[in-house]
Amino acid sequence: MKIRLAFAAALLLAAGTALAADPKVSDDVVKIGVLTDMTGYYSDLSGAGSLEAARMAAEDFGGKVLGKPIVVIGADHQLKADVASTVARKWFDEEKVDAIVDLVSSSTALAVMPVAAEKKRITLLSGPGTTAITGDKCTPYNFHWTYNNWALANGTGREVVKQGGTTWYFLTADYVFGKSLEEDTANVVKAAGGKVLGASRHPSPGTTDFSSFLLQAQASGAKIIGLANAGADTINAIKQANEFGITKKQNLAGLLVFISDINSLGLPTAKGMYLTTAFYWDRDDASRKWSKRFFDKMKKMPTMVQAGVYSAVTHYLKAIQASGTDAPDAVAAKMRETPVNDFFATNGRIGPDGLHRHDMYLVQVKDPSESKYPWDYYKIAKVIPAAEAFPPVSDKCPLVKK
Amino acid sequence: MIQALSGQLLLGLINGSFYALLSLGLAIIFGLLDVVNFAHGAQYMLGAFLAWMGLSYLGIGYWWALLLSPLVVGATGLVIERVFLRRLQGLDNLYGLLLTFGLALIIEGLFHHAFGNSGSPYPVPELLRGGFDLGFMYLPKYRAWVVVVSLAVSLGSWFVIEKTRLGAYLRAGTENPKLLQAFGVNVPVMFMLTYGFGVALAAFAGVMAAPIYQVTPMMGSSLIMVVFAVVVIGGMGSILGSIVTGIGVGLVEGLTKFIWPEAASVVVFLLMAIVLLVRPAGLFGRQK
Repeated sequence: MKIRLAFAAALLLAAGTALAADPKVSDDVVKIGVLTDMTGYYSDLSGAGSLEAARMAAEDFGGKVLGKPIVVIGADHQLKADVASTVARKWFDEEKVDAIVDLVSSSTALAVMPVAAEKKRITLLSGPGTTAITGDKCTPYNFHWTYNNWALANGTGREVVKQGGTTWYFLTADYVFGKSLEEDTANVVKAAGGKVLGASRHPSPGTTDFSSFLLQAQASGAKIIGLANAGADTINAIKQANEFGITKKQNLAGLLVFISDINSLGLPTAKGMYLTTAFYWDRDDASRKWSKRFFDKMKKMPTMVQAGVYSAVTHYLKAIQASGTDAPDAVAAKMRETPVNDFFATNGRIGPDGLHRHDMYLVQVKDPSESKYPWDYYKIAKVIPAAEAFPPVSDKCPLVKK
Repeated sequence: MIQALSGQLLLGLINGSFYALLSLGLAIIFGLLDVVNFAHGAQYMLGAFLAWMGLSYLGIGYWWALLLSPLVVGATGLVIERVFLRRLQGLDNLYGLLLTFGLALIIEGLFHHAFGNSGSPYPVPELLRGGFDLGFMYLPKYRAWVVVVSLAVSLGSWFVIEKTRLGAYLRAGTENPKLLQAFGVNVPVMFMLTYGFGVALAAFAGVMAAPIYQVTPMMGSSLIMVVFAVVVIGGMGSILGSIVTGIGVGLVEGLTKFIWPEAASVVVFLLMAIVLLVRPAGLFGRQK
């Protein structure tokens, strides 16, 4: 009887301490859901690589935060906004997911953000580009981590105009992302003293032959053809621009080009092109070290989106550790006040609008003769400091106090 | 303006001859076997991928690929017909559609798993690099080659099926297989070879496409819908219909890209809807 009593008392005591610790981490687990394109047009630049990056971040953190396990799950949003928001709801309501990561393609991000804000959960966006995310659609629980259209437009647009590419024609993917990228770049080009001569909007996905649009771009006589599209569209457009001899007189400017695209185009076709990126694996020792680990698992070097996923998840976990709870309000505040410095981001700061501002890089694709080893693709032409690389805090975002 | 327009029309002709080549295979398979071959896009992709694999793993160049790739993919077609499609004969052709659709998903899924989504580049063969300056546009040699070869293959196939003794057997086999069998023709083997030929045509188009588009697992699925629309507009199973309509659709699409680019992917289906309203059997189809 005595032994039983002592046992019961011990049990009660244990339960008591567990109860006291409980409110720190909801449901005794920190669950991170990677919701992205696993099979479609953007699956090579995000997809399984993003999921792996999130898993690596959880492992490197020790698999636990505040003594509770970190669990990483993944799902395919098929690039559909409705699928994305349905999965997000299910994850929040039934599977106790604390944060959703990546959300490549702006339309899926814009669909999930309000759901997350309503349920008070964190979103860490790496893949999407539209500036609306931290503009009029901003939420207190959202972080836009890797790049946005403004940063790409600004990096590539301004630099190309400076080098004499003063007249532009756009090939634009006909949806939210493409149009916003075109608009942002056009503004930069005009502000830098250049002129926009026109644009062709092509259906996307679904266009494989770009020759008609390229011909219109050629007829415009513009010095620069700006590619306001991504993934397979960009690859086919660049390939066919070469085929039709357009690159002899006019130059291409890729506005959203990933290293996975350069890898599948090959240097002979892509050489000489300028582009803006948030991350290049071969930039310094830290980026090389992490990227080689990633390469061992995925057999591909990471894109900026995948590296960004790792960086964002790590920053999120650190904020939980530092604030001693996974309560979204506290964690979001902590994330905003802590600077980011890791292999991915230099001089990173998160604004009240949720935009992560860090250094960006204008790079030029190497000539095949300059490339010494596999994935040796870029020369860094210019480091764009964080303050210049990203837009100032938007007054369109209702969270920003005027 | 006229200059730009003639450029767009020429590009439309190029794409149209592609559509013709692809829809021809579909039309032959449907016309003679009554099978709606949804695996056509996957088989086109297989053709392109085999060419790419041959080049990267074995050093087999474009010209050999143009011959070998259709033969290999055609042979897989023979197996598919013998093992699966033959069992569906006489059933509603919905079964064939579902079967081939399933096969397409499996094939594309496997390639997606093995090669990822961005795909790989295939170089234009040495002999066909460069191009002609036509004044109103620059025509790459390779595109000109595509038009010539596609038209030659399409018209050749049409001639064989509509104008020769072999073609007469084939057509007779569709009308009344039992009677033809009674005349001593091995109808099942003939059907098997026909499916193989249709599939080989898809693979041939795939090799032709490899240097123009990125070779990716999904290259067929983005094209197959348009090609089906072409077959429906031309009249299901009409071989001449699919050739003429393929080119026509290419031209209409080219014009749309010029006048209203945003609508370029819709116009084909709009055309299909109109044709179905006015002539339910398609432009060249016969009412059954």
